[in-house]
Amino acid sequence: MKFLEPGLIALDVEAADGAAAIRAAGQLLVDAGAAESRYIDAMVASFEEKGPYFVLAPQIALPHAKPEDGVKEASVSLVRLREPVVFGHAKNDPVALVFALGASSSEEHITMLRKLTTLLNNPAHVQQLKDAPTPEAIGQLLEATTN
Amino acid sequence: MKIICVCGLGQGTSLILRMNVENVLKDLGVSADVDHMDVSSASGTQADYIITNNELAQSLQGHAAKIVIVNNYFDLEEIKSSLQEVL
Repeated sequence: MKFLEPGLIALDVEAADGAAAIRAAGQLLVDAGAAESRYIDAMVASFEEKGPYFVLAPQIALPHAKPEDGVKEASVSLVRLREPVVFGHAKNDPVALVFALGASSSEEHITMLRKLTTLLNNPAHVQQLKDAPTPEAIGQLLEATTN
Repeated sequence: MKIICVCGLGQGTSLILRMNVENVLKDLGVSADVDHMDVSSASGTQADYIITNNELAQSLQGHAAKIVIVNNYFDLEEIKSSLQEVL
C-alpha cells in the first residue's frame, strides 16, 4: 500500500482543466511504480464518459478507474492545484485537491479508503492539506491523524 | 431495510459513501443492510433506498427505491440530515 507518501504528493501544480489535473495525479502513481501509464488514460476516459461524480466534496476530487486498468499496488496520490479547476460538478466546483486512487481488489483497498475517509471527514484536516508548505508537512499530518 | 450506495464504477467513491452512511446509521441507532455498487448494477438491484450524488441520480430515475442525494460525502451532518428526512 502506498498512501500519500511524500513522493506521491505534488503541491501547487498548474493544470489547465480537469483532465490535466487527473493526469498529473495519475502520473504520481505511475512514477511511484503503483500503476501502469494506461491507468491514467482509464481515469480520464472514465471522467469523460461518466462525468465528474467523483468530485465528492467542495474542492475535492477522487478520480480513479478499475483495478484491471493497470493498478500494481493499492495507492493514493495527491495533487494540490495552484489555481482551482472546474470539473463541471454542480455543487462542488472548483477543485483544488485531486486524490488519484489506485483501486485494487485487495483488503488494502478498504484500509486505504478508510484512512482517506478519516482524514477528509475532518474539515480542519482539509484546511491543513490546503495550507501545508511541503509534502513532508502533509506526512506529519497523516501520522498524527490516520495511524 | 436495504440501502445501496452508488457511484460510477462501484469501486471507490461508493465505498467511501458506504463507510460514512454506516457511521451515521450507527449514530442514529438504525440497523440496515448497506451495500455499494455501480450505477448499472444498482439498476437491477432491489433496495429501499439508494444513496448517491446529484450527478448520478438522473441515471437511476425509475428505480423503485427512494433516491437520497448527498453532495458532500465527507460531511456527516449532511448525510445524517438527508437520511433523517426519508427514514
